[in-house]
Amino acid sequence: MTEEHEQTIMQPKNPIGFVGYGAYIPRYRLPATEVARIWKGGAAGTPIDEKAVAGLDEDVITMSIEAARNALARAQINPSDIRAVWVGSESHPYSVKPTSTVVAEAIGATPHTLAADWEFACKAGTEAVQAAIGFTGSGMARYALAIGMDTAQGRPGDPLEYTAGAGGAAYILGPADESLAVVEGSYSYTTDTPDFWRRADEKYPSHGERFTGEPAYFHHITSSAQELMKALGTKPADYTFVVFHQPNTKFPQRVAKTLGFTPEQLEAGLLVPRIGNVYAGSALVGLTAVLDAAKPDDRILLVSYGSGAGSDAMSLHVTERVLECHKLAPRTEDYINRRTEIDYATYARFRGKLSQ
Amino acid sequence: MEITSHWRIKKQRYALVGEVCPHCSAKIFPPRDICPECGDEAKDHYQFSGRGEVYSYTTLYNAPAGYEEQAPYTVAMVQLEEGPLVTAQLTDIDVKEPEVGMPVEMVTRKLGSEGDRGILIYGYKFRPVLETA
Ligand SMILES: [Zn+2]
Repeated sequence: MTEEHEQTIMQPKNPIGFVGYGAYIPRYRLPATEVARIWKGGAAGTPIDEKAVAGLDEDVITMSIEAARNALARAQINPSDIRAVWVGSESHPYSVKPTSTVVAEAIGATPHTLAADWEFACKAGTEAVQAAIGFTGSGMARYALAIGMDTAQGRPGDPLEYTAGAGGAAYILGPADESLAVVEGSYSYTTDTPDFWRRADEKYPSHGERFTGEPAYFHHITSSAQELMKALGTKPADYTFVVFHQPNTKFPQRVAKTLGFTPEQLEAGLLVPRIGNVYAGSALVGLTAVLDAAKPDDRILLVSYGSGAGSDAMSLHVTERVLECHKLAPRTEDYINRRTEIDYATYARFRGKLSQ
Repeated sequence: MEITSHWRIKKQRYALVGEVCPHCSAKIFPPRDICPECGDEAKDHYQFSGRGEVYSYTTLYNAPAGYEEQAPYTVAMVQLEEGPLVTAQLTDIDVKEPEVGMPVEMVTRKLGSEGDRGILIYGYKFRPVLETA
């Protein structure tokens, strides 16, 4: 075997980066105390403060369209130059009929484009980003759009109901010299680990209770982050920001500490206490908040996690262009501040949990 | 409405794509291929900005078939900044909130569905302009 084949991290032939990014978070918020009030008589600790809930006329298609429009506003490119529209989600509105074709049509990327929906639990979005890095980095396309978006569902009364939220982000990958953040390298760590699943035709997911922590989330994220940093010769202190998949507040805090990151490096991208776990959008929407705060020459480590199980790690280097991009679309904080609190009954109606 | 009818108007309905008159520069929505201002042919596509203001509105508590799921909701005539008046639902707004003159922006949302087994219909609505810092 040649040395080239032993390389575990991925770097495209042509340097690639993010030329645009955009977030979307719906306006409704369900406080975790409301879930506790209904199911625990109010007597329960809560894993987050509140979660974002999609309105009656919102789904992964509409939310992806708005995030993609924000990414286009920052990229300042012609949408007809996009050659792939890829949407990662656990809550595509159709079982058969792509989310991505509607998104591509609405943003003006049709007809000269690939379009497909990606599935890998909570890392479907970063999987699409990885593919977009390869697609643009090979020279097959100048631009590719990768989206991670979810309107996550939890069975009524299940612990997941506190956190399963709605939101996500869109990224346009393209040439490094047009980018606001250049991809220094990426890596993916994958095993067959059944920690969380939803069978075809089931409405709500199932999970392996305590199996979800140690052998799943923590093992995959630490393996992925460490392998990438080892290969790139970087260490936690080299990064201004780190963003992890965030199913609750404690998991990313603990994995950050284990890997040697400080709470300050984690803070800007830790959105779960205020919007919930937005599944395929979780790490990616956290990254939008980090990019909103980023300055030229900052380094960012992004590490996603998807049940089943796998973790994508990416090392990003921020460029001068980030400063002009900030104002070209709403910041993630603008969406978080647009907040209308709802009670459990309204939530049950919005999420289709009422049946007759 | 037949699936083919939905399909034919998808561009105008997903993204507020209308027409601009090559003779007098009038912006036209919905597209009709004839300029309402000068009467000449007008087929050039025009992407509206999506910004406008509420011209008038009414709230529906008893929604027509196919729209019950989202009731009550408000339907408004929105004056686009390019000129045309468009009728559309307001969204991300409480029933008591709308005002004449309120600045709004276009978003693409779910309009309804053709029953449980039919296609989902998406199209433009308007919401209060998102406040940015
Ligand atoms: Zn004319």
